[in-house]
Amino acid sequence: MQILKNRHVAGWLQAAPLTLVLAAFLVLPIATIVTVSFWQATEFSIIPAFSLENYRFLFGSSVTGRVFLATFRYAFLTWALTLAIGFTVAYYLAFHVRSQSWQIALFLLCTIPFWTSNIIRMISWIPFLGRNGIANQMLISWGVVDEPVEWLLYSDFSVILAFVHLYTLFMVVPIFNTMMRIDRSLVEAAYDNGASGWQTLIHVILPLCKPGIMIGTIFVVTLVMGDFITVRFMSGSQRANVGRLISNDISLLQYPSAAATAVVLLCTVLLTIAILLRFVDIRKEL
Amino acid sequence: MRSGQDLELVHVTKRYGGTVAVRDVSHVFANGSYVCLLGPSGCGKSTTLRMIAGHESISEGSIVLDGHDVSRLEPARRGTAMMFQSYALFPHLSVRDNVAFSLRMKGVDKAARHRAADEMLELVDMTHLAERLPAQLSGGQQQRVALARALVTKPRVLLLDEPLSALDPFLRIRVRGELKRLQRELGITFIHVTHGQDEALALADEVVVMNDAVIEQAGTAREVFAAPRTEFVARFMGGHNVMDLDGTRFALRADDVRLDEAGLPAVVRGVEYQGAHVAVTAMAGAQEVLALVPEARFFENPKNPGDAVGLSWDASRLHRLTA
Repeated sequence: MQILKNRHVAGWLQAAPLTLVLAAFLVLPIATIVTVSFWQATEFSIIPAFSLENYRFLFGSSVTGRVFLATFRYAFLTWALTLAIGFTVAYYLAFHVRSQSWQIALFLLCTIPFWTSNIIRMISWIPFLGRNGIANQMLISWGVVDEPVEWLLYSDFSVILAFVHLYTLFMVVPIFNTMMRIDRSLVEAAYDNGASGWQTLIHVILPLCKPGIMIGTIFVVTLVMGDFITVRFMSGSQRANVGRLISNDISLLQYPSAAATAVVLLCTVLLTIAILLRFVDIRKEL
Repeated sequence: MRSGQDLELVHVTKRYGGTVAVRDVSHVFANGSYVCLLGPSGCGKSTTLRMIAGHESISEGSIVLDGHDVSRLEPARRGTAMMFQSYALFPHLSVRDNVAFSLRMKGVDKAARHRAADEMLELVDMTHLAERLPAQLSGGQQQRVALARALVTKPRVLLLDEPLSALDPFLRIRVRGELKRLQRELGITFIHVTHGQDEALALADEVVVMNDAVIEQAGTAREVFAAPRTEFVARFMGGHNVMDLDGTRFALRADDVRLDEAGLPAVVRGVEYQGAHVAVTAMAGAQEVLALVPEARFFENPKNPGDAVGLSWDASRLHRLTA
């Protein structure tokens, strides 16, 4: 029992459970993926021998570049739209709704769509946007268009629409959280100094919301970069992103190749986040 | 004393739903004076200040500055500037940019606004910290930056909302000296909200005591302290006894009460040494009387709790209260 009194031993013991959990469920899987990414596979077997072939193929193929570019494009457009919508919603909740009970009520209202699964929310767009869907019928009956609009479904438009729908709340929550921490007297002080509402927004509120925006950005960017199911459903399998590349490899049992793509994707996402964090210090939010 | 440049409240009322925060207040703040709005919390003093600033709409009445009704104007167009209780410095901007903020909003170019900001920072002796962020400053330094930011707009009236409450007691006394000096140098009107009577007495050319949404008494610091009109003012300013003699209420300054063998018989309840004075609390029947006895005099004939004493005073020092 004496050994437990030693403060070094006690410290290690206290840190041990989390260390074990992280080692088993984070470090080990990633290490496995990295290892497998250097293996080879044929149609019927996996060859556990070191080879750079997967990476050579990945960086040699023009498809990789195009798919990564498409993935970045989805991430960027989704980010821009969720930011614009998320900031507006959060601003309305934080600064225009005066009573706290209404703020909470409206905030919960925003989360209601999240009570159903992602897949269902995604699929429910299909009858709405389809060739003879509600949207097209409406546009025709209003006389806006003469024949059904084709690009509504199974296009980049529908993919990004679904992304925005799925992930805007991830932007709203952290931005709302930062906004609620802004001292209201700062807004008054800006007003006292002759700032208009717009100037207050640009020069005071927006800079102070940066940490929240950054946290939301990390959520949205990582979610979109890692997604494959939304792109598959909403593009009718006509568009590709890195996630789909990996999922295709897996369905063809090409695990080493999938692992290599996953490693490259992981590094890309980590690099993106590292660059984002250079701009804003989010530590004071945590 | 009235001039066309005074700030005047004309029958100003502020209602929040059914409750009245400020009730039909009329007052003239003389141009270039240091005025303290004094009162307990919830008396309406902060609301009055915020109405003058334009951060609170007025329900009835008007506010006149320089002969113009400013009560419907935006805060920045009134000729007033406000210094907030928590200073409300923009945490993401450097000291210089904080001070230059209002000029930036007006579209003044960078060089000119930085020059103006540096001038103000020099006035409050903060030039050496111009590059710092507010979080890197002490409370007293933040206060000075807030002051510089308010003054950079060249206001006619500076409104200070409990400017010293966030400072520790020693700093508070030093900073209030600086405020007074600054006001004298600039020659503009300062309206300073506080709940500390010592602060008000030390600073103000005019003390305005508010209670329960109305002005209870206004006058020079000496007038208000020496001749309180109502029981509330006498009690709030402190250092007074409110006495009921033959059905009339009087205020009697505690330092006018003497401990003699003759006089009103009383029993000492408490003795408190305060340095220059000794505060003796005595019960004369049901009436509690406070006597501030000069230290040397007290120790010629010291008293302890339980001792019988006689309380006496010059009848001319009794000051009759109207309410």
